[in-house]
Amino acid sequence: MNAVFYISAAVAVLATALTVTRANAVHALLYLIVALLAIAMIFFILGAPFVAALEVIIYAGAIMVLFLFVVMMLNAGPRALAQERDWLRPAGWIGPAGLALILFVELLAVLIRAGGVSAAAAPLAPREVSLALFGPYLLGVELASMLLLAGLVGVYHLGRHTEPDEGGKE
Amino acid sequence: MNPTLHQVLVVFGVLFGLFGVGALLTWAERRLLALWQDRYGPNRVGPFGLLQVVADMIKIFSKEDWIPPFADKPVFVLAPLVIMVATLLSFAVVPFAPNIEIANLNIGLLFFLAMSSLSVYGVALAGWASNSKYALLGSLRAVGQMLSYEVFMGLALMGVVAQAGSFGLRDIVLAQRGLWFGVPQFIGLGIFFIAGLAETRRIPFDLPEAESELVAGFHTEYSGMKFAMFFLGEYIAITLIAALTVTLFLGGWLGPWLPPLVWFLLKTFCLVGLFILIRATLPRLRYDQLLELGWKRMLPLALLNLIVTGAVILWRKGV
Repeated sequence: MNAVFYISAAVAVLATALTVTRANAVHALLYLIVALLAIAMIFFILGAPFVAALEVIIYAGAIMVLFLFVVMMLNAGPRALAQERDWLRPAGWIGPAGLALILFVELLAVLIRAGGVSAAAAPLAPREVSLALFGPYLLGVELASMLLLAGLVGVYHLGRHTEPDEGGKE
Repeated sequence: MNPTLHQVLVVFGVLFGLFGVGALLTWAERRLLALWQDRYGPNRVGPFGLLQVVADMIKIFSKEDWIPPFADKPVFVLAPLVIMVATLLSFAVVPFAPNIEIANLNIGLLFFLAMSSLSVYGVALAGWASNSKYALLGSLRAVGQMLSYEVFMGLALMGVVAQAGSFGLRDIVLAQRGLWFGVPQFIGLGIFFIAGLAETRRIPFDLPEAESELVAGFHTEYSGMKFAMFFLGEYIAITLIAALTVTLFLGGWLGPWLPPLVWFLLKTFCLVGLFILIRATLPRLRYDQLLELGWKRMLPLALLNLIVTGAVILWRKGV
């Protein structure tokens, strides 16, 4: 199981690095999807199959498809590609990379201090997750659903079909 | 038998069985369509035209596998693979019979939903990588359609999950010993089947590949083996939806007299036949009709079904 964890973790890190450095937006998105799948795999190994499935369904399956949809609609040509390459010059990414390095060193320090964290937690079945969500965290779930409802109403309003002769009223 | 050996046999049996079923369905669909439309269909090669499958295979293997120079090559090659792999992986959680099953996951149903949402990428990327306007239009339609119908496909199944008390497909089959879920969950059954038609992009929901407007939609630029992968992927996806409908609503392998596997296959192929009958009879919807049907009819119906199911379960428990 440890080997599977390290392989998935390596895939996640590598895919994320490639996501940042690709000039072609669709290729970058594909690597991001791979990173999300690798993270789902890690959740699965850690004993959270429900979260792993939700990660794939919601992040990899729905949100990323919307990203892809937008990128496809924009249909960026070779000019956008050249522009993107231009933005990816060292001057642009040295700052963020340096800050990320500080975080990485911090993480290493914490891990070394803690003497290695065990990955073996008790497996969590969907039932326990649901009981927690609709028990102590019910308020959070309801608030999130209200937020989503607001988004839904907003989208419906924006996407409403208006008759040409009513154009002025809107 | 040695359990490891048994498992390996099941894995390869399911894999090759599916390829065989996919290939045979290319023939069966044309014969059945012909039957229902008063034509002959392919009946020349071999008995009942059965060797037509072999003839088609020779043709497809010997065709030039052309990648258009304007396409995005790596993504173009990846796209058909994504569809095939995602569809085949879904079969890993389907219990064919009490002892024939690849993986008994306690999140089996969610695994299927996850794989079906990943197969959207195959279609989307095929259209984008082809770099041609018909393919792009087709794949934009496909993404809109599959994303919308996935939403209430999942919701329609939650009634079954609530009744069985588990996401595991084996538990769901075993919970149907007294009564098939198709009876109390008839609304869920209908919605799931319609959503399944839309997910597999079959008539009346085949807008992504509407040949009268978009040539062949998202797979316009594909030829040879890559085209065959889309084609085979579609038939395997139909078998998947039929197999899942049987597992979730029609009692899976349960049935009297006959062995469990025979019951499962019998029910599954009846449903595949229904898929083909629908193709033989219904016209194609318009795109706005498709989305309206999804969001304004199916989604509220699925929610209502879920609420009523929940209420009845609580009432029966006497809460």
